[in-house]
Amino acid sequence: MESLTQALKVVPLNHYILLSAIIFSIGVIGVLIRRNAIVVFMSVELMLNAVNLLLTVFSVYSNDPNGQVFVFFIMALAAAEIAIGLAIIVMIHRNTNSIDVDILNRLKW
Amino acid sequence: MPVKVFLFTSRMSIFYFIAFLSILFSLLVIFSKNPVHSVLYLIITFFTFTIHYIILNAQFLAIVNFIVYMGAILVLFLFVMMMLNLNKDSEPTKSIYVKLAGVIGGGTLLVTLVAAMKGLAKSQPVVLQNVNLGSVKNLGQVLFHEFLLPFEVSSILLLSAMVGAVLLATKDSNPKSTKPTV
Repeated sequence: MESLTQALKVVPLNHYILLSAIIFSIGVIGVLIRRNAIVVFMSVELMLNAVNLLLTVFSVYSNDPNGQVFVFFIMALAAAEIAIGLAIIVMIHRNTNSIDVDILNRLKW
Repeated sequence: MPVKVFLFTSRMSIFYFIAFLSILFSLLVIFSKNPVHSVLYLIITFFTFTIHYIILNAQFLAIVNFIVYMGAILVLFLFVMMMLNLNKDSEPTKSIYVKLAGVIGGGTLLVTLVAAMKGLAKSQPVVLQNVNLGSVKNLGQVLFHEFLLPFEVSSILLLSAMVGAVLLATKDSNPKSTKPTV
């Protein structure tokens, strides 16, 4: 544990921001290029986790535990969101026999 | 060849290796054809995030990430996939132009974020000043002193989410229903 925290001392803050930005962008790309609704949800989870990691890094950087409490609330929110979202996906699959997000454009008009 | 790889990684800091794994497996999540493989890669991605939290000495978040994300949420994904029988590759592929547009859009976002970050001054290294910052005791005191009301509200949120999920996902067995059940 001590050697792991020693390894932290050489990592600049910018590299953590870069990692979170890359993973957030991967999540955005996943939302844009996939049609399977469940994979779209997984991409949203990737984005949430990138933000969680960045909040934790800033919390450690500025020695403030409020950031980590905020991450805890984001995790509770993500659990609720995933439960509702998957229930909606199940309902859509029951009504249309598909989870293609392009079918769901009927709310346009 | 594996010895060479091992020597190469042993020279790097552990953060960069884990960050590389995070990016690699999150790319595999969005580019694998089979959704079940996507879920399994997502589990590995969240495990690398747990290692990031351990490196940052945020023990509480590491445990919560491990239990809630890898234990609960991803099992929920797998259950829904099993219920809907989606393990076969049935996804119609988007045209190559739409995919290219999506990748360009996400890449533009990444370039914008990195350029904004480059505009900052040279950053300080992230140093852990207080070893007990992310411990369960410290976070529990903060959570139950300053954030008691949001904590209770989030419990109501979880309760309503549970009720809503059950309401949405149960089959409509009312015979008077006009909805066509498929």
